[in-house]
Amino acid sequence: MELHDLTVRELRQRLAAKEVSSAEVTEHVLRRIEQLDPHVGAYLTVTADQALAAAKAADEARARGEAVHPLAGVPGGLKDNIVTEGVRTTAGSRVLENWTPPYDATVVRRLKDAGVPVLGKTNMDEFAMGSSTETSAFKKTRNPWDAGRAPGGSSGGSAAAVAAGMGYWALGSDTGGSIRQPAAFCGVVGMKPTYGLVSRFGLIAMASSLDQIGPFTRDVADAAELLNVIAGHDPKDSTSAPGRAPDFTAALKAEAKGLRIGLPKEYFTEGISAEVQAAVRQAAAELERAGATVEEVSLPHAEYALGAYYMIVSAESSSNLGRYDGVRYGRREAGADVPAMMTATRALLGSEVKRRIVLGTFVRGKERLPEYYMRAARVRTLLRRDFEQAFEKVDVLLTPVTPTTAFPLGRRVRSQMEAYAADICTVAVNLAGLPALSMPCGVGADGLPIGLQFIGPAFGDAQVLQAAYTYEQLAWPEGAGRAWRAGKEVDVDGH
Amino acid sequence: MATETMVKPVTEYEVVIGLEIHAELLTDAKVWCGCSTKFGAEPNTQVCPVCMGLPGTLPVLNREAVAYAIKAGLALNCSIAPEARFDRKHYFYPDLPKAYQITQNDHPLCRRGYVEFELGGETRRVGIHHIHLEEEAGKLMHAGDRLMEAEYSLIDYNRAGIPLIEIVTEPDIRSPEEARVFLENLKSILEYTRVSDCRMEQGSLRVDANISLRPKGSTKFGNKAEIKNLNSFRAVQRALEYEVRRQTEILQRGEEVAAETRHWDETKGVTVAMRTKDEEDDYRYSPEPDIPPFEVDPAWVERLRAQLPELPREKQQRFVEQYELPAYDAGVLTADAKVADFFEACVAAYGKPKIVSNWLMGEFLRLLREDGAEVQDVPLTPEGLAELLTLVDRGVISGSIGKEVFEDMFRTGKSAAAIVKERGLEQISDEGELAAVVDQVIAENEDAAAKVRAGEMKTIGFLVGQVMQKTRGKANPKLVNELLRARLVQE
Repeated sequence: MELHDLTVRELRQRLAAKEVSSAEVTEHVLRRIEQLDPHVGAYLTVTADQALAAAKAADEARARGEAVHPLAGVPGGLKDNIVTEGVRTTAGSRVLENWTPPYDATVVRRLKDAGVPVLGKTNMDEFAMGSSTETSAFKKTRNPWDAGRAPGGSSGGSAAAVAAGMGYWALGSDTGGSIRQPAAFCGVVGMKPTYGLVSRFGLIAMASSLDQIGPFTRDVADAAELLNVIAGHDPKDSTSAPGRAPDFTAALKAEAKGLRIGLPKEYFTEGISAEVQAAVRQAAAELERAGATVEEVSLPHAEYALGAYYMIVSAESSSNLGRYDGVRYGRREAGADVPAMMTATRALLGSEVKRRIVLGTFVRGKERLPEYYMRAARVRTLLRRDFEQAFEKVDVLLTPVTPTTAFPLGRRVRSQMEAYAADICTVAVNLAGLPALSMPCGVGADGLPIGLQFIGPAFGDAQVLQAAYTYEQLAWPEGAGRAWRAGKEVDVDGH
Repeated sequence: MATETMVKPVTEYEVVIGLEIHAELLTDAKVWCGCSTKFGAEPNTQVCPVCMGLPGTLPVLNREAVAYAIKAGLALNCSIAPEARFDRKHYFYPDLPKAYQITQNDHPLCRRGYVEFELGGETRRVGIHHIHLEEEAGKLMHAGDRLMEAEYSLIDYNRAGIPLIEIVTEPDIRSPEEARVFLENLKSILEYTRVSDCRMEQGSLRVDANISLRPKGSTKFGNKAEIKNLNSFRAVQRALEYEVRRQTEILQRGEEVAAETRHWDETKGVTVAMRTKDEEDDYRYSPEPDIPPFEVDPAWVERLRAQLPELPREKQQRFVEQYELPAYDAGVLTADAKVADFFEACVAAYGKPKIVSNWLMGEFLRLLREDGAEVQDVPLTPEGLAELLTLVDRGVISGSIGKEVFEDMFRTGKSAAAIVKERGLEQISDEGELAAVVDQVIAENEDAAAKVRAGEMKTIGFLVGQVMQKTRGKANPKLVNELLRARLVQE
């Protein structure tokens, strides 16, 4: 096993045994980024000096025999919508290309306090609006396993970095699938925690009632490790859940017996390719053989999720994005007067962002808010109830993540609705605020990974991790994020 | 019958006024972050990523601001909502960091209250429609007169995020004068409860007025004008008086008043049209997802109610009963809680409430106004005033000299005795010393003296005045009078 391909837990053992130092590991990964990232394009900013300094500090603490945090010295990356003090944070947008924040996001503070080196900031769709990372104002990110394919998005840079061994973990954000879909496309584990489990303070907002930060890792246990660092109440975020988060690694018992699995029939529709459906059913069958029960369940309002999602996401994001007016920070374009300056500055936004601002501004109109936004809010309540009823019968739901494996870069969609429709399996989870985890469950005819999604009830994050871990131990005991590819190398040919 | 139809009666109109009052709350910290709210700091020194609206930041509701808004609601007889919810009001302006203001659109904290006050010997009641909690924007300073014409503008975000309540009245006010008196009473209440310092000159209290006219007896509202840029209660009354005239003329001509926003021009004394209601922005209100609905614990509301101080009308009533003051005196003294407290301290030190009231309502309030001072900044103490009044009572100084001494005490805080001694103001009560002056005055004013001798007693006052002038006001007037009578009037 190559050093850069270890899981967080494997690396931690080597660090603890002093087989390798964090400084050596960090230098190794930084070299790999230097060699590989020109082909992959996962990172927008690499913070080599800061990462090395943190690695050395962790090494020194270990050398002194101090009790260090389990993740001390284990380097990873942050999606570029997570605010970092003194390090440029762009959210993939031209309007923030020169913005250096004066503060750290709560998750960043927690990682730093744990002695975790941060390698840099990863590429993303502009303001997290997109599902291919192609709306980034700065560069393309390629799928590490097929350079002609998209890594997914919006957290495509984070997924690609972890898949390609350019970091042992990465954080992303998920508003409608932005962690789970790129995890599926790049063949790694990605988790969207329950809304409120992880502080949003310092996450550049897209849709405030849906956004949630979560980890990308190479196996399920690592996701639990990362969650242990970032989860927990934050007084700076009024929507963060009160109380201490549980120890998520404690939930990691491979135990299929007694596990009740539901397959929501609305998620196995004609829009989802046959090979994806088959792979997901195969995973369910494996769990069933090991002692789990599997039954079909129904989420009757599932078909309304996509419409409600795009109403809410547009309404909230158009409100959140009003502040990029060139007055206080970021880029400012010249204008003859203040309105002209604001207009010129906002013209820097990309077309997908503008499309959603226009739609969101429209649906927030005085006469239209009840018809669109409030109706979407009612759909949300119905969806939540659907899930609650399903979870009376089962512990977790098992579903596809995406209709297909990774689609080609530069694909042309016949309509915007077609692109949005690909989010069918992921958006309801955000509307209901539930935890969900995406992991590889097979390989498509094109040799690319197929994703599997576990969905749990609100604050059943440990339950989701336990079910996913059980499946991983059955199917991919070496770690789902690397076992599926069996020797496959990162594709650096370019297209 | 015929004569009645021949004279076309001039329609009499009823004035309908409603007010919107913005008051900054006196909390130590801003409403979504811990930054200080202190007035007058260097620009942009009381700011942080949250109140600057930096990307990624989130608001956290300051409970103290909710408590202050609830106190205002209780003092204004409102019912308090069981749950507070917040909304975003969207517009682009450089002083608005997030391009939306967090406010309460559909679920205000307080509803359905009222203020009662006296006007023209009648008790009036003006309804409060609701009170909601929101945040201040920053402050723009233009290099030039207006934003659009300025060469450049500077923005101070110290004010951004200071908690604000908006008090919206029912359209119950029936005259410009009533609007002013209502505002004076409202200000007293907000000051009493220490919810706001209500300083219009610092912008911590702002008023917009809605006014319309309708034929007397009609129940349908006419088109209203909203008047902005009202910088004092006096301006509110003047602007509304102007509007009554303007709208009356329009209606008398048989035309329709435009529903529009108008700007009060203080120097010209006129209102000017700014924009019609059709042109008004849609603020695209939407629920604030970053602040969950805030449950208001009824027990907490009751604790806040128990903390309310005695309110102006209660205090006025008590002053009438306890100090046997005329209602007018009690009203003037209780308008400002600090004046009322000062009055009570003076009475405790000296007694004789009516005498104290006369001095405070006269000299004290006049000097406060002239100096633009606040009670707490005045060095004069209640004990000092008691000492002064005792000197007047004992005849050490005359009442008119007392006023001079008072002014000195008011500004310097020196003791009355010290001022009297320093300036040689003791009253002359020495008969021998005064007799010489009296004789001199009689000699110099033979005509007047003759009139008094002839029984024209009112002229004696002139002679007293002459004596006072020669002694620079220090002569004991009672003694002077006696001495003059002894010389000029046959008993």
